[in-house]
Amino acid sequence: MKNIVVIGGGIAGMEASAFLAAKGYSVDLIEKNDTLGGRLANWDRLFPTMRRGSEVTEFLAEGVMQEAVKVHLSADIVRVERHHDTFLLVTTQGNELHCDAILLATGYDLFDARRKEEYGYGIYDNVITSADLEQIFSSGRDILTQKGKKPSRVGFVHCVGSRDEKAGHTYCSKVCCVTGVKQAIEVKQQIPDAEIFNFYMDLRMYGMHFEALYKKAQEDFNVQFVRGRLSEAAENLDGSLALKVEDTLAGRPMKINVDLLVLLVGCTPSEGTRKMASLLGLKLGFNGFFKTTDQHTMTNYSDIPGVFFAGTCIGPNTITNAITDARAAATAIDIYLSGNQLANRKMKPHEEFWLYPSH
Amino acid sequence: MKNFGYTRHTDRQIDFDATDKRLYQFVFDLEPSINLCIFCGTCAATCSAGHFTTLSFRRISLLLRRGMNDIVKKEIENCMLCGKCQLVCPKGVNTRNVILQIVKGIEKYEL
Amino acid sequence: MLKEGKKYIWKDYQKEIADNHYYYARSCIRQNFFPGSEATFLRILKNELNKDIFDDPEHTTCTGIGYHSDIIPLETTMTVVARHFALMTAAGYKNLVPSCITSFGIYSEILETWHEFPETLEKTREHLFKATGREFNLPENVVHTSDIIFKFRDEIAARGRFRLIDQSTGQPLRIVEHIGCHYARMFPHKGIGGAEYPYVLAGMVESWGGEVIDYPERRHCCGFGFRQYLVQANRGYSLSCSRKKFESMEPYKPDMIITNCPGCPYFLDRWQYVIAEQEGKTYGENGQGIPVFTYEEVAGLVLGYDPWDLGLQVHQINVEPLLDKMGIPYNPDEKYAGPDGQDLGQPAELTCMHNL
Repeated sequence: MKNIVVIGGGIAGMEASAFLAAKGYSVDLIEKNDTLGGRLANWDRLFPTMRRGSEVTEFLAEGVMQEAVKVHLSADIVRVERHHDTFLLVTTQGNELHCDAILLATGYDLFDARRKEEYGYGIYDNVITSADLEQIFSSGRDILTQKGKKPSRVGFVHCVGSRDEKAGHTYCSKVCCVTGVKQAIEVKQQIPDAEIFNFYMDLRMYGMHFEALYKKAQEDFNVQFVRGRLSEAAENLDGSLALKVEDTLAGRPMKINVDLLVLLVGCTPSEGTRKMASLLGLKLGFNGFFKTTDQHTMTNYSDIPGVFFAGTCIGPNTITNAITDARAAATAIDIYLSGNQLANRKMKPHEEFWLYPSH
Repeated sequence: MKNFGYTRHTDRQIDFDATDKRLYQFVFDLEPSINLCIFCGTCAATCSAGHFTTLSFRRISLLLRRGMNDIVKKEIENCMLCGKCQLVCPKGVNTRNVILQIVKGIEKYEL
Repeated sequence: MLKEGKKYIWKDYQKEIADNHYYYARSCIRQNFFPGSEATFLRILKNELNKDIFDDPEHTTCTGIGYHSDIIPLETTMTVVARHFALMTAAGYKNLVPSCITSFGIYSEILETWHEFPETLEKTREHLFKATGREFNLPENVVHTSDIIFKFRDEIAARGRFRLIDQSTGQPLRIVEHIGCHYARMFPHKGIGGAEYPYVLAGMVESWGGEVIDYPERRHCCGFGFRQYLVQANRGYSLSCSRKKFESMEPYKPDMIITNCPGCPYFLDRWQYVIAEQEGKTYGENGQGIPVFTYEEVAGLVLGYDPWDLGLQVHQINVEPLLDKMGIPYNPDEKYAGPDGQDLGQPAELTCMHNL
């Protein structure tokens, strides 16, 4: 029986493990935390359905359990050796795992909002991130300002750390726009008399039903969308925040006070991605996510035969697409290990970096 | 001239093909980052000058490519070159050089 | 407000500040606006810190005002700046310390331009040589004079006689710091603490016992804006910018304002008088304004220099309330007496802002 090691027990890693095990492979799933579920575990409800994130985690866990995937929790890879067609991976616990293929599902990290200095995260008490807000939702606590007041006005800032040269992340993080719409609705559900303002430069409602969620926020929840990107937040004497934004459609600079400011932080390449790239000698793309063999046709493939990718380690993505991608990666690995010629198809190489000034 | 008690209305439509885009082209050639602008307004939100004048770099960026040079010429006089807009621009537009090149372009084409 | 958050950001914005042997570049306007400040800087460096600093009489304007007022083209400014570098080179110095924030911005911008576009450096060398026969080396270290005081802030505190503490209550003085735009906005990494939460003045205030207050319009420009101020009809613009700041800082009841730019302290000081006369509105205690200082003046006060030697009598806003708070002795009779005891003349009676 052939062995596969899957690195990263988030959405993609869990689903790919289950599918590979179902195909008859022996699968070791390595997760650095003490539970499976990855970043999904930190998300309360999901767009656009408003279903609990935990329902998806349970669905994925059922697959992992049913197919008897060997799960290694609180484990990390410290060493990788490559011998012809096989690999040896050593974990922090000293386990030696021999395998025929590696699937990297190392996910993403959240943008460190402190680096968007002008918004004052970590400095002003009432500036929080979208991840912080999800934690409040999950905990069932009331949404309160630092002084314990129910906020009467809440602002959401889109594109924090995304599409931003100054933050060093020029790409779109894909999921924050719709997260901002979802969270605006949730805050409004919890505090019906609060005013909600979303400050955006573009609203990218590209996914199926996203536009409907946006419409719901406008029509049923009276969320106000202001077309302008914040230039700064400053703290007022009472701890509320004075925002500066251009109301671009009115063509006037605008000052607006909010009690609570939520920064919709984007996705960045994960520390695990950088670590595995260094252990395996894999290239990273311009944006720091794994560089795939081909942008159109080989996104699950790395430049090392036997090493594959799944999920958000190659770029920001939704849960839906991460699951689809995981199943695709499982199929790609199956085709590779079965020796099928499909795995040997080649594309004329493209230059990934023609889009970027220099690297 | 006869006075009929009414006059012809000025057309508000931007006649794109009739406008003078030389200034925009001049600036673009010397500072291509002008075309990275996505009109998000971060520049105008932080601009100290924009609080008391009609200055908005976002608007200048737009009017420039619509060839509305007379307004651009008047507007940039309010700029203090303090650099706040350049500091906050998410797309890396070199706003300072754009303003400086507009001044040069205005001189060059005697606008 | 979480101080830890600011510290996290500050650690990313440190810069190399030369330890000794400075070539001093004076400001065009500071000697008129705040006549004691530059002299105090030299006094502190020479007498207190035993540093070698050369105050070159051949030095001129950097043309920053002309450049920002759209009167002087950048090529000319580059050539004038190149002459400064030539003077510095000839005098045997490598560390340039301009007193003016805009000069610091100009030097930084030009060095950056020469770095990015080396042909402009060659052109400038040619222009300077043709015009003056001079040649130059680039400075190894360019920092603003406030960076130097920042670097030695703890030494100054250690030698100091007074602290930024209200003697009657023992509480730290509440201090607004205001940074000149050209200090770090063009090049955030050239400013201590960066551009959003600059640490250069905040660090001095901390070391000398005061407490910095952060208010919503802290980052707003004073409104000087060169061409705005230079044209009388446009001055309302400068006034309005400063007023916006005063309105924003007023609820925090600041004891004083500290600045590091030539224009900002001047306008923050004088506009308080204009607002008082125009609207009857004052921002300090007892119908007074909020005293405004340069960082050299504050360093001088900490070191126990005589307030009138620091030139504090030419401030529009009376500084006495602040001196009283700090417990600094002064002779009111000597306020308007020159160095040789001659009468410098008294300011006119104010109508709306209370005289002491």
